[in-house]
Amino acid sequence: MREPVENALPRDGDRTAEPPVFRSILFPPGLEDARAERTEQPACFVDLNLDQVIAAIVARRDEDVLRPIFYSTYRNEEIIRYRQAVFADVERAEVIRIFPGFCEAMRMVRADIAYADKISSRCHRHMVILRAAGLYCEAVATLLRGLQPLDLRSAGLRDLRAYLAGYTDSHGFTTLATQTRDVRATLSKISYGMLFRGDKVTVRRYAAEPDYTVTILDRFAKFRQTHVEPPASPRIRDDFSLNHIEEGILEFVARLFAEQFQMLEEYVARHSQFIDDTVATFDREIGFFVAYLAFIDRLRQAGLPFCRPDVSASSKDTDVAESFDLALAAKLVQERGGVVCNDFRLTDAERLIVVSGPNQGGKTTFARMFGQLHFLAGLGCPVPGRRARLFLADQVFTHFEREEDITNLRGKLEDDLVRLHRTCQVMTSNSVVVLNEIFNSTSLEDQVFLSTKVLEQILAIDAIGVCVTFIDALSKLSEKTVSMVSTVVPDDPAVRTFAIVRKPADGLAYALSLAEKRGVTYAQLRTRVRP
Amino acid sequence: MKTFLMHPDRDFDVRPPSPNEPILFARDLELDVLVGAAAGDDRYLRDIMSAACASAWTNDIATIRYRQAILKDCLANPSLVRQFYAIAIEPFSRERSWYFSLYGRDPSAMLGSGVRTLQSCLDVLARLRNACSANASRFDSQGFHQLFDTLERDLNDAYLAAARTDLNNLTFRRGVLLSAQVGDGGKGVATMLRKPQPRDLSWVRQVLTPGPQSFTLQLHPRDDAGAQAFSELKNRGLSLISDAVYQSAEHVLGFIKALRAELAFYIGCLNLKEQLDRIGESIAFPEASEAPRRFQCRNLRDVCLALTMGRGVVGNDVDANGRPLVIITGANRGGKSTFLRSVGLAQLMMQCGLFVAADAFTSTLHTGLFTHYRHEEDRSMRSGKFDEELVRMGTIADHIHRRALVLFNESFAATNEQEGSEIARQVVSALLDSDVSVFFVSHMYEFARLFLDDDRTLFLRAERGEDGTRSFRLREAKPLSKSFGADLYERIFMPSNAVTGTQAKAGAGG
Repeated sequence: MREPVENALPRDGDRTAEPPVFRSILFPPGLEDARAERTEQPACFVDLNLDQVIAAIVARRDEDVLRPIFYSTYRNEEIIRYRQAVFADVERAEVIRIFPGFCEAMRMVRADIAYADKISSRCHRHMVILRAAGLYCEAVATLLRGLQPLDLRSAGLRDLRAYLAGYTDSHGFTTLATQTRDVRATLSKISYGMLFRGDKVTVRRYAAEPDYTVTILDRFAKFRQTHVEPPASPRIRDDFSLNHIEEGILEFVARLFAEQFQMLEEYVARHSQFIDDTVATFDREIGFFVAYLAFIDRLRQAGLPFCRPDVSASSKDTDVAESFDLALAAKLVQERGGVVCNDFRLTDAERLIVVSGPNQGGKTTFARMFGQLHFLAGLGCPVPGRRARLFLADQVFTHFEREEDITNLRGKLEDDLVRLHRTCQVMTSNSVVVLNEIFNSTSLEDQVFLSTKVLEQILAIDAIGVCVTFIDALSKLSEKTVSMVSTVVPDDPAVRTFAIVRKPADGLAYALSLAEKRGVTYAQLRTRVRP
Repeated sequence: MKTFLMHPDRDFDVRPPSPNEPILFARDLELDVLVGAAAGDDRYLRDIMSAACASAWTNDIATIRYRQAILKDCLANPSLVRQFYAIAIEPFSRERSWYFSLYGRDPSAMLGSGVRTLQSCLDVLARLRNACSANASRFDSQGFHQLFDTLERDLNDAYLAAARTDLNNLTFRRGVLLSAQVGDGGKGVATMLRKPQPRDLSWVRQVLTPGPQSFTLQLHPRDDAGAQAFSELKNRGLSLISDAVYQSAEHVLGFIKALRAELAFYIGCLNLKEQLDRIGESIAFPEASEAPRRFQCRNLRDVCLALTMGRGVVGNDVDANGRPLVIITGANRGGKSTFLRSVGLAQLMMQCGLFVAADAFTSTLHTGLFTHYRHEEDRSMRSGKFDEELVRMGTIADHIHRRALVLFNESFAATNEQEGSEIARQVVSALLDSDVSVFFVSHMYEFARLFLDDDRTLFLRAERGEDGTRSFRLREAKPLSKSFGADLYERIFMPSNAVTGTQAKAGAGG
């Protein structure tokens, strides 16, 4: 398992007066080598619903590039603060609007180049490279034009702008832009004819033959006595790739118009590798900021607060105000529901929040929020909340109930225990752990016994975390535990407030009122079963 | 013309359950495993088997027996039935798709393909009729004989010959000329259909006069993808051609399609039988009963577990006649969930007209099957776990009718045991009083205890021996008041964690 990077690399003060050369918008100069991206989704994602959040964030974007960035947290304050500063710049409306067009254009450039690599037909490959180069030149020029008038405050974006100004002035880039424009203009003037007969197609120069559609329509008019809907809708035209027949035809067109295609040949020989490494890296990385901010923008517009957390890799003093479950909020805002915010803190020896109280009181949501906050802080992202002081964790462990799986023939309980045991073995004092109603599939006495055992182990390791349970006793295990309780409206216990407050566990539960609300008490069910 | 292999009097509804409204119990019963064994990688068979499962609850006993008789014919003549099916699927198989394709997006090829398709369909029907006529004597069921009679009567030689002669003048043979320009990435753009030059249409002129410079590409005869690309391209400029041929072809294909669908169900059954034979699982034809409160099985096995493990599995003997509530308690990993699933699967298979994995199985015909299993935390996040269970119970109540069957697996345990038991008692009592049959797997001793004196209840218990091993077989026994978590804890945590060994022992005894 990969350890996040610790604070051990050079600080700002160590550098000379030479302006830093921009290389990455994710890692400050000198810390680029800290990059350690994981491609597998972290184990905690499904339980925390971060899989849904990240899926929504990267949807319709370049997932393969963005997912590893969103999967990889860092335990390094300098990296986190560099990113936080970039976020502060990018979230200004006049800044963020210049990036999506750039990223989309670069996505198409990359798609073209990847596609061109697979093309064996020479002139087809060249046509695709030409298309890519045209897009690239336009994208870089547009990005710089957008950045020039802005008042940028983050080191990351200021360095980027300086870099781009130098790059677009270079001889290499200006030559590429001019020649791309010329070759495209020449080729677009070509017109050719294709004569299909049986299993043959003959390609020649277009010789001003008249439009034949009218003739064909007349020939088949007698079949159109009654109106009949076409049995299948036309397929969406593929404007991106050529099949091998189209490719063959293009080869013939190239032979018929040899002069024009010779020009293309020479152009491609000169400009085969036209993408600048730093531009390419920036394109990959800026998506991280844009995608995340686009996602939370909707929530901000609904009035939900986000803040730049004060992070520490050493202090476990935690204080969060008015935070919420990001996944749930995204869903509720979409459906115009209200989102309940919660506070929590851990001070001195406190390590584990034990949440009890009525069901459907927002306990699980609170637990998810706790895990999400720590993960997001480790990415450098703004987090849900009015203000937040958070510990940078090495890992976030979760344990939520799993469904029974027929191919895994161990019983549910054994499965739970095996997974918890594995977790306890790899957990460190720098970890965050989120437990949600563990051992629910077993009897009450087993549940108390096993939960106590497992919590004692976690407390001994000194990780921080949250544990949702209805066993009151767990909140009093040691001075490291803090009790928080979900609350209800006193007059109508079936209506939950979803507020989780710091107070001793009170053992109240409201099962019957809930059953009545869902219409499944004895009397209600008797009337609901239909004849 | 109708095929009548699924119902004595009507067509089979082939629509598989929509992804928006999946079969509610499918996930809990691991129905995918069963359907997978019947269908393999064949998505069509999968859809048909799913459709048959979804509509099982509306079949009456006559329909079940009708299908059982046809299925027995199939089991007696598997290769013949597979031969019928092989003919019936020809129009829809990938290898032969060229003969049956109707290129809707491709109006010029549609004409040629429509003609070709109609000719191929007539050929398929003729061969099918011949195959059936030659072997009719080897089938006993009413269903098959009805089909054979239909084919003989409606597809006689005179009809086939007349239809073929109608198809011979419809071919589009002219050269097609298009113009285009070179667009981005080499794509042909601004395509137009052009009138060919006189020289293009005459062999003689082509030999005698020199043409302009040109290059010709010839399609390789086995290049199917190329053929498709070729015709797509060729027809890019053709936009209006009649749909008449297309429609006739669709009508004929419709009949073959219905036949394919109904035969597909029996092919799925044959596949399933062969899978079970391979792993040594025997089958029996169940007896569906009109009488209420019947449930009796001998060596009833979880067919999905057997298929997953790839070998025979332990079965159970249960006689719950007259006892509509069966409560199953006992050791973790003791075979409780497996038994519950075997009950649901056997009931479903019986009502589909299938055989079951048992030595004998008799059960009341139910109006529906519902499962209420503990699920992972609700991914929609709207409610807490316990409330989510109540919501799902409410959903069941929305759909359930009298004489349904409900399977509960550790339901209502997401709150504390006392509350959970009370809710479970109310739910189960209400169902029993509404003539619904219930199987309930529970760890909640408190819940089971509430029914100890109720003579409508049968108690089963998962056993384990002195050494702690599980037999996976259930026997009739009252619930015990404790569970077995502590030994698992000791085994998993203790080898590497010697801290609390004695406490674990003490806890296990409590």
